[in-house]
Amino acid sequence: MSTAASADTQGSLWEVFVQEEGGAAHVHAGSVHAPDREMALQNARDVYARRGRVASLWVVESTSIAATAPADRAAFFEPAFDKIYRHPQFYKVPRGIRGL
Amino acid sequence: MADDERSRDLAELYVRFGDDRLVLGHRLSEWCGHAPVLEEELALGNLALDLLDQATVLLERAGSLEGRGRSADELALFRDASAFRNLLLVEQPNGDFAATIVRQYLFDVFDLHLATSLETSSDRELASFAARAAREAAYHARHSREWTLRLGDGTEESHRRTQTAIDDLWMFTRELFETDPLVERLVAAQVLSDPQALHAPWHDAVTGTFREAGLKEPNDSTFRSGGRRGMHGECLDRLLSEMQSVARAFPGASW
Repeated sequence: MSTAASADTQGSLWEVFVQEEGGAAHVHAGSVHAPDREMALQNARDVYARRGRVASLWVVESTSIAATAPADRAAFFEPAFDKIYRHPQFYKVPRGIRGL
Repeated sequence: MADDERSRDLAELYVRFGDDRLVLGHRLSEWCGHAPVLEEELALGNLALDLLDQATVLLERAGSLEGRGRSADELALFRDASAFRNLLLVEQPNGDFAATIVRQYLFDVFDLHLATSLETSSDRELASFAARAAREAAYHARHSREWTLRLGDGTEESHRRTQTAIDDLWMFTRELFETDPLVERLVAAQVLSDPQALHAPWHDAVTGTFREAGLKEPNDSTFRSGGRRGMHGECLDRLLSEMQSVARAFPGASW
């Protein structure tokens, strides 16, 4: 995360999500510094969208993201580990179904 | 217009447009390693690459129309300043970040209107070049406009520097819309649209942005021109001596 000093000169930190084609999910690509939303979009374009196919970009200020802490891991996630029927891999997908 | 006269005129036109982009692209590349933040370093580098790429296409065609077997590289690297036909605006030194952004914005808005007007050119290669260039110019103008707004309407210091840049560069803007016998022949041949018709939309866009950013249009500029006739400032000599030094020290080298 950015320190207070770098936030002063570089703007705040924004997370960048890139969609490669219409309908696909926006995937986290990385982050950029920017003073506001418009410049965050432009910086994201210049850093992550100059090469390769891009249909759409999202930027979100990093401080707007609520994240679990490492200490939450046991309470949040481990109860699912031993219940294999909760995982999609548990179920057979009929042949001919694509793009699930 | 006779065919060889048309080719000669077109070659000269391609050199003018190619040199604008080569010189401005090189200026922007001088920011490598010096930009205020990493993201802007990449943004300026991307602008430079777009412009250098455009310059390559234009100078390549200039060389083939000219019929003397000169490649884009030879035109870029083995002509002296007096043979360059770029606008004076684009050769102006980078100055501070505000000066670079103002120079870029003044050019980008012009470039966007120019490229859009060329999409219907009777020269089909110019028309297809313009369609791509207009898309790139639209992004360039968006980037430099947003920075102009933020610098003009930012801190007291950024406002002062941006207004100073406008006051210093305004004198080079009339040249963008100048006409001369070559331009008149190309307008008559429907290769170009009348450059003076681009002035009003350019002026509206630029002064609109200035107003939004709390910046002022200078009211007493003595306009300069001469770039299209090879009359350049000393700053172009310095730019070229750096840009051309490797190619001239090792002619024909490749890597």
